[in-house]
Amino acid sequence: MPQTFRDYIAANKRNSVLLVVFFCLFITVVAMVLCLAIIAYYGHGALSGVNWGEALLVGGVAALISLLLSLLAYYTGDDMVLAVAGAKPLQHADDPELFNVVEEMAIAAGLPVPRVYLIRDPALNAFATGRDPQHAAVAITSGLRSQLTREELQGVIAHEMSHVRNYDIRLMLLITVLVGTVVMLCDVFWQILRWGPSRGSSSRDRRDSKDGGGGVIVAVLLIIAVILAILAPILAQIIQFAVSRQREYLADAAGVELTRYPEGLASALRKIRDDKQVLAHANRGTAQLYIANPIKKFEGLADTMFASHPPINDRIKRLEALTK
Amino acid sequence: MDPTILIVLAIVLGLGLLLLFAAIGIYNSLVNRRVETENAWSQIDVQLKRRYDLIPNLVETVKGYASHEKDTLERVIQARNMAMSASGVAAKAEAENMLSGALKSLFAVSEAYPDLKANQSFMGLQEELKATENRIGFSRQHYNDVVSNYNSMLQRFPSNVVGGMFGFKQVEFFKLDAAEAEAVRKAPQVKF
Repeated sequence: MPQTFRDYIAANKRNSVLLVVFFCLFITVVAMVLCLAIIAYYGHGALSGVNWGEALLVGGVAALISLLLSLLAYYTGDDMVLAVAGAKPLQHADDPELFNVVEEMAIAAGLPVPRVYLIRDPALNAFATGRDPQHAAVAITSGLRSQLTREELQGVIAHEMSHVRNYDIRLMLLITVLVGTVVMLCDVFWQILRWGPSRGSSSRDRRDSKDGGGGVIVAVLLIIAVILAILAPILAQIIQFAVSRQREYLADAAGVELTRYPEGLASALRKIRDDKQVLAHANRGTAQLYIANPIKKFEGLADTMFASHPPINDRIKRLEALTK
Repeated sequence: MDPTILIVLAIVLGLGLLLLFAAIGIYNSLVNRRVETENAWSQIDVQLKRRYDLIPNLVETVKGYASHEKDTLERVIQARNMAMSASGVAAKAEAENMLSGALKSLFAVSEAYPDLKANQSFMGLQEELKATENRIGFSRQHYNDVVSNYNSMLQRFPSNVVGGMFGFKQVEFFKLDAAEAEAVRKAPQVKF
C-alpha cells in the first residue's frame, strides 16, 4: 500500500512538470503564430517575405514570459487562489478548536501544520492549496465551520490533509492558474475575432482589394480558430484528469485512514449535500479545488463528463460501507 | 584480447554497476524510513510533554470551584508525576494510561459543577486537553504507520537482502490496550 501512495505522489509531481512544459509550449506557439499573422498582414500579404527571425524572437520572449508566469503560479498561486476565494488567515486564538483539529490531522499525517484560512460565506465548503506540504493552506467557509461537530470537522480536515500529503494541491494549483490563464486568453481571442474584422472593415476593404492582405489575416485567424477548436477539448480533458473522481474518492479514503472514523466525514458530507447555499466566490475555474462542488446546479450533472466532483451520495455510500 | 571476452566483461561490469546502484537506492530508502520512525517516536514525547504542561493549570482552575474533590485532583497530580518520572517503554505506557484515566474521572467529576463548566478558562483547558489526548493518539498512530512502512520494506525482497547486509533491525510497534487494538484492526484499507 505505501508503495502505491508513493507512486501516486510521483505521478502528481510528474504531471505538474508536464503541465508547465505543455503550458509554455502552447503560449510560445500561439505567440509565434500571432506574430506571423501580424507580419503577414502589415507585410502586404506575402508570407514568403516573412522574417522568421522576428517570429522566433517573439517565440523566445513568449517562452520566457510563460516560464515566469509558471514560476509565479508555483510560488504565489496559493495566495492568488486564497484571495480569489475571499479567504482570510486565522490565528490560533481566533478559533482554538479548528486549529487543534488541523494540528491533530497534521500529526496523524506526519506533516507540518498548514496555514488556516476562513472564508466568510454561509455556504458549506472547504479546500486545500499550496505547492507542497511545507507550503500548504486549508480554507473553510464560516458556514461549514459553524455547522460541524468536532468529529465531522476532523473528517473534513483529514480529507484536505490527504490532498496535501498526496501533492494533489500542487497539480490542482498549477491547473487552476495556468489552464485558467489559457482559457482566459482563448476568451480574449474569441472576443477579438468576433468584433475585430467588422470594426475596421471600412478602411480595410480598400486595402484588401488592393493587395489581398485581408485574405491572409482571415486565413491565419481561421487557422488559430481551428487550433483553439482542437485545443478546447484537450484542455477540458486535462481538467477532467485532474478532477477525476478517483482523486476525491482517494482523499476520502486516505482521510479516513487518518481519523479511523468514516462516520465523521460521511456525516459532514451529508450536511454539505443537504445545504442549498451557493458559494459566492466560486466559479468554474476554481470549482475543482473544493471538497464538494460549490456550484450546486452542476450537481445534477454529476454523472456527465464535465462534472468536477463525483456524486456526493456515492461518496457517502462508500464511507458508510467502511463502518460496517 | 578476444572481443567476445570483452563483451562478456562489459556486460558483467554493467550488471554489477546496476546492482550496486539498486542496492544504494534501497539502502538510502531504508535509512529514510528508519529516520521517519525515530522522528515519529520523538513526536509522541513532544505531545506527552504538552499534556504534562497543561495539567497544573487545569488542577488550579478546578480547585477554585471544586475544592472538596481533593482526592480526584491529587490522583491527577500523582499520575502526572509518575508518568513524568517513569522510564522504560512498558512502565511509561502504563503510567500514561493511568494519567488518561485520572483525567477522565476529573472531567466526569466536573460535570457536577455548573459554575466550573461555564468557566471560560476551564472550557479552554478542556478543549486543549482533549486536543492533546487526540494528538497523543494520532502521533502514536503515525508512529505505527511509519513503523509498518519500514518493517514491511525490511521483510520484502529484495530490500530484505540489503537490510540484512547492513544490519537493519525491525522496529517495535507502539502497543495498544485491547480496546484500541480493536479499533486499529477495524481501520479501513485504502484501495486505489
